Amino acid sequence: MFNIHPLIWLIPLPPLLGFVLIVLFTRRSNRTSHNVALVGSGLSFVASMVVFFKAVTTDGLAGSPISASINWLPTGADWLRIGVLVDPLTAVMLFFVAWTVLMIFIYSIGYHNFGQPAGRNDRPGFSPEGAEAKEHGKAHKVPSVEPMYARFFALLSLFAFAMYLLVVSDNLLTLYIGWEIMGFCSYFLIGFWYGKESARKAGIKAFITTRIGDVFMLLGMVALYSVTGTLNFHEIFSNPQTMLMLTSTQSPAFGLNWAGLIGLLLFCGTVGKSAQFPLHVWLPDAMEGPTPVSAMIHAATMVSAGVYLSARLFPLMSAGWHHGGALTAPMAAMAVIGGFTALFTSTIALAQHDIKRVLAYSTISQLGYMIAALGIGAYTAAVFHLVTHAFFKALLFLGSGSVIHGMEHGVLHTGNHIDPQDMRHMGGLRRRMPLTFWTFLAGGLALSGFPLITAGFWSKDEILNGTFTGGHIGLFIVLAITAFLTAFYTARQITLVFFGKPRSTAAEHAHETKPVMTVPLMILAIFAIGAGWAGIPHAFPVLGAISPAWFQSFIGSMLSPQSIEEAHSNIPLIVSVLVSLGGLLLGWLVYRCMETAEEKDPLQKISGSVYNLLQNKYWIDELYQKALINPSLWLADKVVYQFIDLKIIDGILHGLGRAGVGLGNLLRAKFDLPVVNGAGDGLAGSTRGLGVFLHKLQNGRVQTYLLIAVACTVVLVLVICFLIGEGVIGVTE
Amino acid sequence: MTGMQVIFLINAVVTIIAGVMMVTARRLIHSALWLILTLFGVAVVFGLLEASFFAIVQVVVYIGAIAILVIFAIMLTREAVDDSFRKNHRWILTAIIGIIALAGLLLAFFTWPQAGAFTVSLTDAQRDIGEMGLALLDPEGYLVPFEVSSILLLAALIGAVHVGISRKGGDQ
Amino acid sequence: MIPLYWFLMLSAVLFSLGLFAVITRRNTISILMGIELMLNAANINILAFWRYLYAPRGDMDGLIFTLIVFVTAAAEVAVGLGLIVSAYRKRRTVVANDLDSLKG
Repeated sequence: MFNIHPLIWLIPLPPLLGFVLIVLFTRRSNRTSHNVALVGSGLSFVASMVVFFKAVTTDGLAGSPISASINWLPTGADWLRIGVLVDPLTAVMLFFVAWTVLMIFIYSIGYHNFGQPAGRNDRPGFSPEGAEAKEHGKAHKVPSVEPMYARFFALLSLFAFAMYLLVVSDNLLTLYIGWEIMGFCSYFLIGFWYGKESARKAGIKAFITTRIGDVFMLLGMVALYSVTGTLNFHEIFSNPQTMLMLTSTQSPAFGLNWAGLIGLLLFCGTVGKSAQFPLHVWLPDAMEGPTPVSAMIHAATMVSAGVYLSARLFPLMSAGWHHGGALTAPMAAMAVIGGFTALFTSTIALAQHDIKRVLAYSTISQLGYMIAALGIGAYTAAVFHLVTHAFFKALLFLGSGSVIHGMEHGVLHTGNHIDPQDMRHMGGLRRRMPLTFWTFLAGGLALSGFPLITAGFWSKDEILNGTFTGGHIGLFIVLAITAFLTAFYTARQITLVFFGKPRSTAAEHAHETKPVMTVPLMILAIFAIGAGWAGIPHAFPVLGAISPAWFQSFIGSMLSPQSIEEAHSNIPLIVSVLVSLGGLLLGWLVYRCMETAEEKDPLQKISGSVYNLLQNKYWIDELYQKALINPSLWLADKVVYQFIDLKIIDGILHGLGRAGVGLGNLLRAKFDLPVVNGAGDGLAGSTRGLGVFLHKLQNGRVQTYLLIAVACTVVLVLVICFLIGEGVIGVTE
Repeated sequence: MTGMQVIFLINAVVTIIAGVMMVTARRLIHSALWLILTLFGVAVVFGLLEASFFAIVQVVVYIGAIAILVIFAIMLTREAVDDSFRKNHRWILTAIIGIIALAGLLLAFFTWPQAGAFTVSLTDAQRDIGEMGLALLDPEGYLVPFEVSSILLLAALIGAVHVGISRKGGDQ
Repeated sequence: MIPLYWFLMLSAVLFSLGLFAVITRRNTISILMGIELMLNAANINILAFWRYLYAPRGDMDGLIFTLIVFVTAAAEVAVGLGLIVSAYRKRRTVVANDLDSLKG
């Protein structure tokens, strides 16, 4: 077997190269640009698959992962090393990242209407509005190609690069670099149609909200480095002395040990990136970006990166914990935040009308699931759900993009301007878009955990089983309710979109999208169904006997023996089947009879005010606006500008001026003598002269600035050397 | 006083006079010519420092390329401006500051107790410029700075062409 | 043997001259020439310290540093003169004080 190391180094590079090539050379040609991007991601895909299969066939990979590193930055006597690391976790990450990214790239070609004419009114920064085309002798509107087509692929390539970099890096620093590049790309891609104000705002919101988490993460990294002297995962986690030191040393904050404090800080990064409560607000707004971006951010890469970080740092988070024991502080925080987020956002998803927003909230909810699972130590289950979720959520997003595309076609065709993303205007698309329907159905069933055949069932069942057998009954109930709600809103979505009769003329004229979009859907659908079979637990009735439970043994080898749980109970299994089927059935029953777009949502009829609360997302955005953003704006305007600047600083100046005037008047009145008068004039004159002199400093001429700088330097050096020190060189003696 | 010291002093006087003339010359082109003489004096200093490679590089790069480029630029931007420093009302202030700084430095050098301490002569191996060439291309040595500076040169080349190119319609 | 501080003093004088040119000359090309003089003075300094303190130890840093200063100087002159010529074409002037579009 050839040496695998260079290949691991090379995985992230083709997309980066693609980005550079597109930006510098090929941006004028749409075809070349997407070819470059496709070749880039394709090469990464191939390399990832080779590495994946190599990893799978290596025995004892977790104990001795494939890794290599080089010196990077000299830090005094030591070097900061960067390198790559492939262990079971990296391997499965590579697998699903490579597949979903490649599918999204291919899909984007169709989504951005490659090959269609350019619209007359299309401008960069706005989503294309459609072009006039003549077909069969009569003119009608057709979708037009995206004006910034090449730019899109360039940014998507950069995004893919960052994700691969994050996955293969063996230390927190390069992981953090990939992490931040992704933040940057998400800002650009969410605000891709920057002509729309909402898109601009959403981009900024995503960037700033995730940044809040990133700052804490950076603090955690700094703390980790200063305590252990390294950021390399393997060096930290496989060194019992380091781990012992981390768990036994008290940190300066909150009475936690260092592992707890660092774990909590790093977990803040996950909260931002994976959109957990209270930083979840950016993710739904991120739906302003083009749909492939939504799939990229919310399924394949960015939010997965957050969970990946937590999974990667699990040994740190769980340091000092053993199965069945009390949770450590970071784990407890993860369990609580994850469980709460899962339930909280799944209720919001019940009342959304925008097809993508429902998916966005369901993403947050499912991420909460994974975080909660990690929090109670169900490591394998969490990673398993991460993988299956990536597949079916990418599928659902791309499917919703296909639906929107079909609806847009209908909108253009009929000229009837409705929101093509509003589910109330859809309906009956089952017959119009059969391929999209079947694949979306597969994704939806996986999301709601339809028993036995879908991947989502297996991973969700694992998590529920973990919470139940771990003795966390409260969390188990929360997650079970979440699973029920998930099944319900998924059924609502599928029913509203695909079943019944079309509720608008646009829906009547929607038609199936091109193969370049539907083929990725079908491939992802295969994974959405089949990925779960890799992880059927041994203890599962009937099927467990013939299942190799490959996933459990592969990922489970990452854990130390005391964290592994083997217990299996049939109660969570039954609950999981019941909530899934019950939710789906109920959702279908409630929504199947919606006839027109104007009709009230059945839930709204039952509980109006609660429904409003949900539809407005518990007014969290408004709360942040009122409680955080407005006060800081107010502070900036009223306090800093109007009060400090205008009142205090100007006030002092004016006060000084007035005092001077008053004093002058006093002097004039009392001692109206030529001498005093002259002195006063002299003072005024010199003040004025000073003002004129200072005004001259600000004259926009570089040479003056330089002169001042040099003069100040000379004075400073003279002061330091001859007044403070003992001459220039005498100091060194 | 050794022969080397005499050479150094003569060269220093020439260099400084040339520098003063360069700074004070009324016409730009004279200034550029005095600059060339100054640069040549610096090349001699490099030679005295047993860095003969840099003495040659100084002549080739500074006098051969940079000074010529400056003269070209002067001819391209011919302008009847009296460029004497006396036109600049800040010159006295600048001169004062400069003299203070210079005096401080010179004082420091004079009072440096170890000033005459380093009198080790070099071996042939230490003068061997081939060693520097090898170190430049050695990954354990200075390969990265070397490559980075070559990229800098390339970027400057492209940038200079881009900035200096005359676009049709762009200029009035 | 020439004492080290002779070189340093020469370098200090040249540096001051260059600085004076940079601050007082009005023509941007003169300013650039002043900068060149300052860079040369710095090079003398670097090489002198290298020769007296580091070369006996077989250390290369001073030489490499000088080389990089050369490269930087060349790059700076190329871009600087390009900018000056370009500014001259647009504004018909090379006087630094007249190029004040960025004045606030």
